[in-house]
Amino acid sequence: MLQGHQSWQFENKPVIISASSVVGPDESEGPLAEEFDIGHGDLMIGQKSWEQAEKKLLEDAATHAIERANLTKEQIQFYIGGDLMNQTISNGFAARTLGIPYLGVFGACSTSMESLALAAHIVNAGSAKYVMAGTCSHNCTSEKQFRYPTEYGSQKPPTAQYTVTGAGVAIVAPQGEGPVVTRATIGRVVDMGITDPFNMGAAMAPAAVETIGAHFRDFCITPGYYDLIVTGDLGQVGYDIANALFEKHRFPIGETEYKDCGLMIYDRTKQTFVNSGGSGCACSATVTYGHLLKQLKRGALNRILVVATGALFSPLSFQQGESIPCIAHAVAIENGGGST
Amino acid sequence: MSFASRSKMKKVTPVQRDYQLLAQSIEPTRPIARNCMRAFIAGGAICFVGEALMKVFQRYFGFTEQTAGNPTVAVLILLSVILTAFGVYDKIAQWAGAGSAVPVTGFANSLCSAAIEHKSEGLVLGTGGNMFKLAGSVIVFGTVSAFAVGIVHWIIGIKG
Repeated sequence: MLQGHQSWQFENKPVIISASSVVGPDESEGPLAEEFDIGHGDLMIGQKSWEQAEKKLLEDAATHAIERANLTKEQIQFYIGGDLMNQTISNGFAARTLGIPYLGVFGACSTSMESLALAAHIVNAGSAKYVMAGTCSHNCTSEKQFRYPTEYGSQKPPTAQYTVTGAGVAIVAPQGEGPVVTRATIGRVVDMGITDPFNMGAAMAPAAVETIGAHFRDFCITPGYYDLIVTGDLGQVGYDIANALFEKHRFPIGETEYKDCGLMIYDRTKQTFVNSGGSGCACSATVTYGHLLKQLKRGALNRILVVATGALFSPLSFQQGESIPCIAHAVAIENGGGST
Repeated sequence: MSFASRSKMKKVTPVQRDYQLLAQSIEPTRPIARNCMRAFIAGGAICFVGEALMKVFQRYFGFTEQTAGNPTVAVLILLSVILTAFGVYDKIAQWAGAGSAVPVTGFANSLCSAAIEHKSEGLVLGTGGNMFKLAGSVIVFGTVSAFAVGIVHWIIGIKG
């Protein structure tokens, strides 16, 4: 049901009955290593190319999530997913393997919550019994497509971020065991004129703040309603800027705990190569589906708001001098049926 | 870098300007003094190796001062390509910055890294087509500037 200007209230309480997260070697050495279902020690994952490796990550996560829900892939009605690759090839090819009716979406790194919001909406409307949402990213495929060859010796500035290698998948159903998707807010594109692709945190922070503000306006609640608000991949730079923006707009973020997935997935003091923090579709997906859902299950958290942030640019657009348009989508996940 | 790229912006609204000022006050800047020091040390070290190789080629292999440059460059290129292939050069470069980018080793690294990167797309369209992706512009503008300098030299030569 539409709530306010740009939000959905899911009154039928769609349940995340199963989720899975698969990560690469650097994430397996990070502080959340124990929380992920599968950790690969090798970036190639036994494949011939990085693109194939990225697709494999998603296939593994999907297969794992389906098994965990005691389902077969034939029982999943729809799969909604996207990734960072041109023409979202990782998801297209994974959907070929899975054979599930597929809707491709693109929201750059916000794809994780975009796909989850749509999956919850379809289930909430009674249009399907099981819908799967997923996304993936790979450090080397992103470097290759958006930056320089991986082995090229270029010095990264301290504002740069490190694309997470991994995949996260969730299965949403009308009933079952698990946390409930209660609300979603669809973000609008915000462009503050940042043109530096090595400074994604600064580009994306205003989009996150905009969507968070819209969420609380639409639902007439305050941040204190949630135990945790987490942004997707702002990194240290974007996180600091987001906090400054909250202060500037007198937004009471202090009522709750505010974190960023890009800062949670790596240990920046040991893994200094990540610079400002993690990024990529898999950053918010693996942290949410791996770590945060488990925290909900353990009872350490009860109500969370995940705000996945994405930068909607291409290598071509920034070479032509265009600024970086950004977006953020928020999804609320709660324990025990939530409140209506 | 962020400042230079931002000043390219033609139209910035007051809201965007305010935000960019706020963001700039929070973002960590590139440690320029430290980067310069490291570039000096790393670049100097590479040139020192080059100089030592020159002397070795002159003393033990019968090259003259004019001809010893060729085998020296070949050895440096080989070293750079080996380090790139083993995935070490990019890590050195993160520390060294311009120090490892400017010498001939940086040029070899740009060719080698692009060749490795696009190997999966095949020998002709992948490796062959993309090898000069980064180095190509160096060659183009190197040739253009050499041509310009040549013209100037020729004109001065006529007058002189």
